[in-house]
Amino acid sequence: MGKVMLEVRNLSTKYVTRYREDVYAVDSVSLTVEEGKSLGIAGESGCGKSTLALSLMGYYFPPLHYIAGDIIIDGKNISKLDPETIRKTILGTEIAYIPQAAMNALNPTRKIIRFIEDVIRAHDPKARKKDIYDLARKRFEELGLPASVLERYPVELSGGMKQRTVIAVSTILSPKVLIADEPSSALDVTSQKMVIKMLKDMMANGIIKSMIFITHELPLLYNVTDDIMVMYAGQIVEKGTAKEVVFDPLHPYSKGLMGSIIVPEEGVRDVKLTAIPGTPPNLKNPPAGCRFAERCKYATPECSYANVGLRGNGYGRSYRCLFDEAKLREVYANA
Amino acid sequence: MPENSKTLCLSGKGVTKIFGVGSKRVVAVDHVDFEFYQGELISIVGESGSGKTTLAKMLLGLTSVTEGQIYFQGKPRDISTHKKRKEYWKGIQAIFQDPFSSYNIFTKIDTVLLDCIHMRGGRNLPKEQKIEMMREACSFVNLKFDELTNKYPFELSGGQQQRLMIARIFLLKPQILLADEPTSMIDACSRSTILDMLLNLCRETKMTIIFITHDIGLAYYISDTVYIMEKGKFVEYGTADEVILNPKADYTKRLISDVPKIYEEWDLSTVQP
Repeated sequence: MGKVMLEVRNLSTKYVTRYREDVYAVDSVSLTVEEGKSLGIAGESGCGKSTLALSLMGYYFPPLHYIAGDIIIDGKNISKLDPETIRKTILGTEIAYIPQAAMNALNPTRKIIRFIEDVIRAHDPKARKKDIYDLARKRFEELGLPASVLERYPVELSGGMKQRTVIAVSTILSPKVLIADEPSSALDVTSQKMVIKMLKDMMANGIIKSMIFITHELPLLYNVTDDIMVMYAGQIVEKGTAKEVVFDPLHPYSKGLMGSIIVPEEGVRDVKLTAIPGTPPNLKNPPAGCRFAERCKYATPECSYANVGLRGNGYGRSYRCLFDEAKLREVYANA
Repeated sequence: MPENSKTLCLSGKGVTKIFGVGSKRVVAVDHVDFEFYQGELISIVGESGSGKTTLAKMLLGLTSVTEGQIYFQGKPRDISTHKKRKEYWKGIQAIFQDPFSSYNIFTKIDTVLLDCIHMRGGRNLPKEQKIEMMREACSFVNLKFDELTNKYPFELSGGQQQRLMIARIFLLKPQILLADEPTSMIDACSRSTILDMLLNLCRETKMTIIFITHDIGLAYYISDTVYIMEKGKFVEYGTADEVILNPKADYTKRLISDVPKIYEEWDLSTVQP
């Protein structure tokens, strides 16, 4: 077992809205990411994937509020720090975040090198211009990006190039954990592959120590990450290695997600896509019992009120279902 | 479908679009020929910047054709006046990538659907029949009409909005539906619902669907005929099985190898920066 880079214990956060209708978007999530490993988070829209990513940074601003839990990055607990300290000491150096629409994050009136300067100066106000240039040029070379990009404006770059530039800028200080929130969802397959290759190179070169990758595309997660965590309605419903979750899903929800995979391989045309009916529940007042019960094909009356906990030790394979593994396999075999 | 029963729906000869003049001219679509038949599901696949959307805009008559001619049901298309263009749009309709910006934000959902009935000449129908038609369209796309009345489109989620778009098409019953990346902004789970609905629409109403996408897996799953587009030209076309399982053009091979797979190794070393 390698050194633990990021450990999260029972993290809960909420969105505070008007009229005191709180939305419990992340509900006691625990996870660990070791050095050199990557964790994938899968789930539908509205399952709390992106909120979890924001919560992991410990950088809370309204309407997002912290309730409970610990976030430990490389042995340092950051969950109780105030936002200003986190911005100055944690973001960029310990943990970096690539948002979903990263390409729109670039101010069109500034050159790329100015963004890098901003990131470095935020942590070291006395940094010399020459050092910044040298570091940027060296890093861009390592990642296979042309150094001429540094002197360009964002509008001059294509979508895929912009995305890769944003990744390079946000990891310029070699963070310990990189959180990539759907970094390739808006790109075509070729640019997507370039982005993935770059992320993998960064892991191999030790520029980033560990990665959390969020997406709704299971085939992509299978190829990119070591472990996969499936989220539903703010909770973890299944966790395991990529191979386990993709080829042998235990929770009915993961099973349903597997049914929506489309890859250009022989036989795909004959497979009937099985979408999960309905939408995720409203988290203003989450349903009692199993949150997936009303969309689950195999639900029993007991599912709608019984308290369903996470089975397993929480570190290896675990899943959240009323049935145990043997019972689940029996149900799937009969279906 | 047997060969002799095919009727030509939309075709083009030497269709070209050039943006700009002189040294700055960009040939977005370069002398493409195509023949789309009634009741077929056609995919046009290409990377960003290959000219897919420009071609779609030309087919819809939203932008002018620099050179060449588009034929609608065998006859040269005439959209010179606004009236003729409106007539043409009764035959061809579109779903776009971004459902959030496809609706008028001041229009309620029942008005959106009612407009479609009126456009089909149902203005004088009794109210009960109109409601019945709207209910039928909503149930086709698994939406509950009674929950939608008096709501605005922005109150729905992305997947629901895209389904409402399909309900509109169901009421309008055009001969051709042009779907420009209708699933690229929604998650994998609602994606399969929408694909199934498009397939049903094609099978039940014999509508021609032109599906534009960058995801070759989707194209293979959904379509009868696949056209592969590179830099404004069709490099390969044929039935889905022919093109995807035995690709001839290098570009097609690259597109297929770039999709993440689960049953075989995904080769990252082929990436050229």
